[in-house]
Amino acid sequence: MSVKLTIVDQMEKIAREHGKILAPLRDDLVLLDSGLDSLGFAVLVARLEDRLGVDPFTASEDAMFPVTFGDFVKVYENGAH
Amino acid sequence: MARTEAPSLRRHIEDATSERFFWDRDARACFTYLAGGTSLGGRLGELAGRSVLLATAGQLAAALALIELDGVARRITVLPPDADPAHFGALIAGAEIDAVVVDRGSPAHAVFDLPVRVACAPAIGAFERKPAPALQTEWVLLTSGTTDVPKMAVHTLAGLTTAFAATQPGGDVIWGTFYDIRRYGGLQIFLRTVLGGASLVLSSAGEPVGAHLERLARHGVTHVLGTPTHWRRALMSPAIQKISPRYVRLSGEIADQAVLDSLRSAFPQAMVSHAYASTEAGVAFAVNDGLAGFPASFVEEVRSGVEMKVEDDSLRIRSPGAASRYIGGAATLAGKDGFVDTDDMVEMRGDRYIFTGRRGGIINIGGLKVHPEEIEAVINRHPRVRMSLVRPRKNPVTGSVVIADVVLKSGAEPAATPAEVKDDILKLCRDALPVYKVPAAISIVPEIDVAATGKLVRRHV
Repeated sequence: MSVKLTIVDQMEKIAREHGKILAPLRDDLVLLDSGLDSLGFAVLVARLEDRLGVDPFTASEDAMFPVTFGDFVKVYENGAH
Repeated sequence: MARTEAPSLRRHIEDATSERFFWDRDARACFTYLAGGTSLGGRLGELAGRSVLLATAGQLAAALALIELDGVARRITVLPPDADPAHFGALIAGAEIDAVVVDRGSPAHAVFDLPVRVACAPAIGAFERKPAPALQTEWVLLTSGTTDVPKMAVHTLAGLTTAFAATQPGGDVIWGTFYDIRRYGGLQIFLRTVLGGASLVLSSAGEPVGAHLERLARHGVTHVLGTPTHWRRALMSPAIQKISPRYVRLSGEIADQAVLDSLRSAFPQAMVSHAYASTEAGVAFAVNDGLAGFPASFVEEVRSGVEMKVEDDSLRIRSPGAASRYIGGAATLAGKDGFVDTDDMVEMRGDRYIFTGRRGGIINIGGLKVHPEEIEAVINRHPRVRMSLVRPRKNPVTGSVVIADVVLKSGAEPAATPAEVKDDILKLCRDALPVYKVPAAISIVPEIDVAATGKLVRRHV
């Protein structure tokens, strides 16, 4: 599964578990409007660390949390390489 | 030096009418022979009135030395087997130690070059004591659970044994314990053995659980004690079926309903009891109704001289069994009102108090506070789970999230895959806990680290 598909898969799963409705995941979607709250993103980062082997935010001191879904995917695509 | 009419430990074996034993993995000792014998090569007189460090490697030697030293030494500082050598100097200075009792396996350490050094062997030779007035020996026990120099809690034999009068079992009793007798929980069993005319099967460091259980079975243990973690590990061994104690006790960690139920079904003939005690506060209570937590009525009554209250959500205890003070340092053991704050957090649910965790173990998830123990209690209810450890993981969004390591029960492998079991555990958590307490991730692991105290090793972020 590609990095992007893994992220989409986990976001859908977490939304279901947390009882949230996920917005369509387009690259320009602002994460704050995605339907996941901060706990949802915290869980997402933890799950992606288990699946992709990296938490790019904690690994680098100055990594900024991205604004859009597309940027979020890029951080992982870069981090996973 | 205080003199006392309270009988020394050795006095309790002088009237013994039959032989009583300590067994470890390699040897046995008939400790009732100490009434007319010595394990210290007859050098007890050199230790009279001194502040003695008990630094044997073996528990059997330690057990024998304790019987000889009580009432003779001014102070006994009991060194636990996992004590950090970096702390030896501070402990020796703090407790004004001027003598050491060692055995062949004792750590070789420069600070043990004390004015008097006496070797103890797990064997008893004939020895006639010169009559001497008994001192009220101070027993110094080290606290566990931090990497700092341990605090030294001062007890007396009278205080350490205060809980026994009402609850000492009758009949022929063989105690067995997973604890080391050089920490509070294990020392209680050692003292119960000596005072109660019983025998004791000692634990041995590094012994596999199965071999230990077989040894307990061989000696016919009737009363067995350990932490919930000790018991969860014992329940993973097929050798658990070989023992049939009539009394099973848990203390030192939170006994959740799952481990109580597992022990109930493993030992249908036994009383399963969980107790609350700490090095500082002493033994506070035992719960025998098979349910987790303790009846709220306990905090309103004075039970065997023990008073309890709950303040700032933590359990406070005032007891004749509590340590009187810490040696050295500025830390005070009890508040002005004489109550010791245990830092164990409780929550009222119905008519019971349930332990939720340690004050220092709280995990902060985006400002919401979580005790790992309350999540473990839920995970442990899953029928495939033997034990679990919930720990924090650093997180860029909420500071921390909780993740769980889970050990599954052995035996016949049901059809469910690990992924299905994980999903099933998560569902159980989601049904029982608010969403922020549900682990962000679960790992199935072969084992979980256990400290020498028999407690789970908890590391903080």
